[in-house]
Amino acid sequence: MKVTIDGQEINVEPGTTILQAARMIGGESVPPAMCYYSKLKGSGGKCRCCLVEVSKGSEADPRPMPKLMASCVTGVMDGMEVKSISSERVLDARKSVTEFLLINHPLDCPICDQAGECDLQNLSFKHGSAKTRYIEDRRRFEPENIGDKIQLHMNRCILCYRCVMTADQLTDNRVHGVVNRGDHSQISTCISKAIDNEFSGNMIDVCPVGALTDKTFRFKQRVWFNKPFNAHRNCDKCCGKTTLWMFGNEIQRVTARKDEYHEVEEFICNECRFDHKDVNDWVIEGPRKFEKDSVINQNNYTRNIEPVKIDTEKNILLGRDQDRKKISMPAVPLKEGEVKVFKEGNV
Amino acid sequence: MARKILLEHANIPGIKTYEVYRQNGGYRSVEKAIKSMTPDEVVEEVKTSGLRGRGGAGFPTGMKWSFIDKKSGKPRHLVCNADESEPGTFKDRFLMEYIPHLLIEGMITSSYALGCNLSYIYIRGEYMWVYRILENAIKEAYAAGWLGKNILGSGYDLDLHVHCGAGAYICGEETALIESLEGKRGNPRIKPPFPAVSGLWANPTVVNNVESIAAVPWIVNNTGEEYAKIGIGRSTGTKLISASGHIKNPGVYEIELGLSVDEFMNSDEYLGGMMDDRPLKALVPGGSSVPILPAHLIYKNAEGGDRLMSYESLSEGGFQSGSMLGSGGFIVYNDTTCIVRNTWNFSRFYHHESCGQCSPCREGTGWMEKVLHRIETGHGREEDIELLWDIQRKIEGNTICPLGDAAAWPVAAAIRHFREEFEYHVRFPEKVKNRDHFVAEPFDKVRHLVAKQEI
Repeated sequence: MKVTIDGQEINVEPGTTILQAARMIGGESVPPAMCYYSKLKGSGGKCRCCLVEVSKGSEADPRPMPKLMASCVTGVMDGMEVKSISSERVLDARKSVTEFLLINHPLDCPICDQAGECDLQNLSFKHGSAKTRYIEDRRRFEPENIGDKIQLHMNRCILCYRCVMTADQLTDNRVHGVVNRGDHSQISTCISKAIDNEFSGNMIDVCPVGALTDKTFRFKQRVWFNKPFNAHRNCDKCCGKTTLWMFGNEIQRVTARKDEYHEVEEFICNECRFDHKDVNDWVIEGPRKFEKDSVINQNNYTRNIEPVKIDTEKNILLGRDQDRKKISMPAVPLKEGEVKVFKEGNV
Repeated sequence: MARKILLEHANIPGIKTYEVYRQNGGYRSVEKAIKSMTPDEVVEEVKTSGLRGRGGAGFPTGMKWSFIDKKSGKPRHLVCNADESEPGTFKDRFLMEYIPHLLIEGMITSSYALGCNLSYIYIRGEYMWVYRILENAIKEAYAAGWLGKNILGSGYDLDLHVHCGAGAYICGEETALIESLEGKRGNPRIKPPFPAVSGLWANPTVVNNVESIAAVPWIVNNTGEEYAKIGIGRSTGTKLISASGHIKNPGVYEIELGLSVDEFMNSDEYLGGMMDDRPLKALVPGGSSVPILPAHLIYKNAEGGDRLMSYESLSEGGFQSGSMLGSGGFIVYNDTTCIVRNTWNFSRFYHHESCGQCSPCREGTGWMEKVLHRIETGHGREEDIELLWDIQRKIEGNTICPLGDAAAWPVAAAIRHFREEFEYHVRFPEKVKNRDHFVAEPFDKVRHLVAKQEI
C-alpha cells in the first residue's frame, strides 16, 4: 500500500505503522520516539512524542483524522497522507511533550552517564525550549538499590515502560515494574529486591534516558571519549555480538549493538555485558559507525584500525590515571598510596 | 408525572429481593428473549430503540453490539461497567443498590443477545456494600435458574460474576477496566484493536454502563420502537440524572430526554429550584469532566433557543457555549461558589487519578493542579491564566484515553466563561487568601475591580 509522509511517497506492506514507514523514508520526517522500541512487543503509544497529523485517512476514506495520531501504533492505510515535520500542529505537540517530559526530568546532563546517548537530550535539542515555565516543586525520589549491576536513578525516569517490557519479555521472574500512578508513578522492585537475571542488563540499553545505567561503567568516562568497536565472542547464552567502548586498550563498557534509532540489534546476556572486560575475550571486528550528528561521533574513527595499545612504561600512565580521576571526580579522595605518589611526583 | 422505565418499581418495598422483583414482572425480558427471540432480534430491538451509552460518551448501544466479532469463533464477553467514579455522578449506585435484579436481568438478556456465556459486572472498590447486594442478587438468580447451565431449558448457559476493582477512576475507561479485570494494572490500552474485536483475554468483548444494560429489559418487553418514542431526536428514552449542589432537592431522578433544563431545575417534581433561593451561577450538566456552563447559557443556548436535557441540546454551540450530557452528574452552583476553587478541586481529582501512562496527562494534570492551587491560595501570577490555558490545550486530544480531555475541559471552560474570577484571584491575592472569599461577597459584588477582558 502507498503512503505519503511529508510529500514523500513510499510503498509498504500491510500492517506497517506510520513510524516504520517514516523510518523507511528516513531523514527529518522520522518522528522521535521515546517509548516505542521495535524489538519489544506492545511498546509505543505512551510518550506521545511521535504524534503526527493524518491529513488524508486513506484512498477509500479520505477524511483527515481529527486528532493527532501516535505514529508508532497507527497502521498505514492505502493512500494515507501524513504530515510529520511539515505540520505546525505536530511541531507544537512535540514541543509540548518535550516540555512535559522536562518538568520532572532533571537537566543533569553534565553528570549523567547517559549524556551523549540520551534520546531526551536529542528531543530537547530539536523540539525543546531554552526556558522553562515550570516554577513548582519537582518530583524527587529516594535512591533505591536494585542490585550490583544496574543503577536506578528514578528522578530521571520518563516512564516509557521499556524496561518493564524488556523484563517481561526477556527475563524470567520479573521483579520490577511501575508502582503508584500519575506523576507519582515510579519504576521500583517488589519489594526492595535486587534485579538479578541473566538478561536484565538489557534494561540499561533500552532506557532512553539516564534512569537505568551500568554500575560497572558509572562515572568512568564520558561516552564521547570512548572509542566504540564492534566485537563478538562465542557465547552460549546470547548472540555474543556487542559494541566495546574502549579507552586505550581498556574495555570500559560493553553494550549491545544499536541501530541509528538507538534500538539494539540483538539483546545480549549479562555475562557478555558485565563479565568480559578483557580485550582477549573478544574478537574485535572494527570501529563502529554512528549517525553524523551524534556527539558520540567524537573520537570515532571509521577507518579500520587496531585498538590503540599504549605500549609504554606503566609509571608514565599513572599520571594520566590521576588526571582522569581528578577531572571527573574531584570529590572522590585519592587512595593513600596515590596521594603519596602524587605529592612526591614519583612517576 | 414523567414516565419511569428504570425506577418504575424502585419504591416497592422489598424490590431488592428476588421474590418481590419477580412478582412485579421481573425477568420477563429473559423469558421473552430466550423463548421467542433470536439473539440477532434482540440486537435489532436495541438498535431500533436508539439507546445510547449512558456512561458518558453516548455511543449507540445497538451499534456497539453489532461490532462484536462473531466470526472469530472465540468466546465472547459482556462486561458491565459499574466503576462509577466521576465526581457528581451517583446514578448507577442508586440503581444497583435499590433494584439489583434489574441489572442482572439486563445482563442476562444482553449476554444472550451477544452470545456470551461468561459475563462480568466490574464494580468500583468503594461500592463494597453494593458489591454485596449484587453478589446476593446473583446468588438468588442462580438459585431460581436464571443463571447457570441450560437457562429455561433453552440450552443457553451463562455465568455471571461481580468483580470488585481497587478504586481507580481510570478503570472506568473500558480498556483499563478490561486490563484490571485481567488482573493487571489498570492502564488504558491503545486502540485499535477495539474491545469488540479483542477485549477481555483477547476475546471479543462489549463493555456497557449499568444504566444502558438496565434499560434493555424494558426495550425487549416493550419493543425498541416504543422506547424510541420517548425522548427527543437522537436522544431517545429516559436518563438517570444525579443532581447535587445548591439545589433544594438533590438526588437521583429519571427524566425523559428532551425535558427542558428550566423545568428540571425549577419544578417541584425535580430539583425544586435553588437552595436558599440564591442566584444560579453555574452548572456542570454531565459530571465533573464536562465543561461548566455559566448562568446565561444554562436555560438558553447562545442562539437563544431553549436548552433541553438531551445529548444534542446540551452540546449545542460546541465547547464555546455548550457542554455535554455526559454521565448525567448534574452539579449546580449558586453565586457564592468560587469557580477557581471548584476548578482546582476537579483538577486535583484528575491529577490524583491519572494513570501515568502517557506524558501529557501524567505531567500536565499535575502541573495544572499546582498552578490552580497557587492561584486559589493567592500566590498566582497574571501569566498563570495564559499558562493554564496553554497546558490544558496541550493535554486535550493528545492522550491515550479520554482522561486527559476530562482533565482539560473543566479548566478550559472555567477560563473561557469565568476568566474574570481568575484575574480577580491574581490581582487581589490578599482578598483570596481569606478562605471565605466569594462566600461573604459573591463575585458580582467585586466584579467592578476587574476590568473585563476577552480571551
